[in-house]
Amino acid sequence: MMDLLQRLGVTSLSMLERLGRGSVFFLNILLSIPSVLVRPRLLFAQMYSVGVLSFSLIVISGLFVGMVLALQGFYTLSDFGAEGMLGVMVAASLVRELGPVVAALLFAGRAGSALTAEIGLMKATEQLSGMEMMAVDPVARIIAPRFLAGLLSMPLLATLFSAIGVLGGYFIGVGLLGIDEGGYWSQMQAKIDFSEDILNGLIKSVVFGLVVTWIAVFEGYDAIPTSEGVSRATTQTVVHSAFAVLLLDFILTALMFGDN
Amino acid sequence: MYISRSIEILVGLFVAVGFVALFFLSMQVSNLSSINGDSGYNIKGHFSNIGSLKVRAPVSMAGVNIGRVTAIEFDTQSFEAIVTMTIESQYNGLPSDSSASILTAGLLGEQYVGLEAGGEDESLKEGSKLELTQSALVLEQIIGQFLFSSGSKEEN
Repeated sequence: MMDLLQRLGVTSLSMLERLGRGSVFFLNILLSIPSVLVRPRLLFAQMYSVGVLSFSLIVISGLFVGMVLALQGFYTLSDFGAEGMLGVMVAASLVRELGPVVAALLFAGRAGSALTAEIGLMKATEQLSGMEMMAVDPVARIIAPRFLAGLLSMPLLATLFSAIGVLGGYFIGVGLLGIDEGGYWSQMQAKIDFSEDILNGLIKSVVFGLVVTWIAVFEGYDAIPTSEGVSRATTQTVVHSAFAVLLLDFILTALMFGDN
Repeated sequence: MYISRSIEILVGLFVAVGFVALFFLSMQVSNLSSINGDSGYNIKGHFSNIGSLKVRAPVSMAGVNIGRVTAIEFDTQSFEAIVTMTIESQYNGLPSDSSASILTAGLLGEQYVGLEAGGEDESLKEGSKLELTQSALVLEQIIGQFLFSSGSKEEN
């Protein structure tokens, strides 16, 4: 019994410790962002590996999510004779929820895990301490460009996901199920509000990008420098990102759309 | 670290495609293209019941959208709802005795304000008040009246 209590205490203390270290780390990253802006080439290289390489995954997933939404929505809406609302349904669910959330989950799996593994391995092979020896700040040189790249890529990827999804819904709805083309777009334009829906979705994706990249770079930086430690850190990146994204999504949705 | 030119081009392409997607969402998917600033004039109408009319609901005349509902307030003196509508400035010749009614688009659709032109020469201006208004039809009241009238017929 005492043993259990003791372990509980140790676990919660170490969790708090990690949270504290993560927050200090986050502040450190923010402070070294100006040094990245001086050398944008570092950022470009990371935008490539974080953003461009996630591109095909996001496009293909977005297309299929939009197509499934249209197919499923059609069967429900046709019961009420409201097939004309299909465009609204597809666009609203993509722009408000699925675009930012699914893109963030895919992003955590595709780019976040790669970031953690890369940084963790750098730590395990003592490249990070080597940099410190040469008076190069690893946070400014390695972490901050990756963080900034993730922060910038995520909203772009989420927007792309929603846009491709709407087009996928269009192919299925108008092409396959024979919904009126004008109705698909005009109902959508009448119901989707720019500031209410699109900007809020964009804010969500910025928040998710920040959190997912933060978790990814911190897990890598804080990993136990062994091969097992790196593999655990990579797993934890995906798990923690998924939790954080879904929890934050609930909070943000309640704040943004709770009043109507 | 050497970064080849093709990587920079790919990153540039990625950012460009992202912005095209945002442009597509705002122009084709949302209502941004149909908002043309705040150019328009406000008119008010007092309704005894607005049903489920919402702010941003369309205001139409002869089936054409000519404006939007911009505010709904409650008058504590007359216990009526004051609906403020912004009419686009290109439609500035509406007769001042036009009437407004709250209608429903389709059976289950949204409620909107339908304007009916009057015959006056004077036209509606900023801050004008619509004198003739017709409340929203509340389904429960109609059914209640129908049941009441059919019940009284049987008695005769």
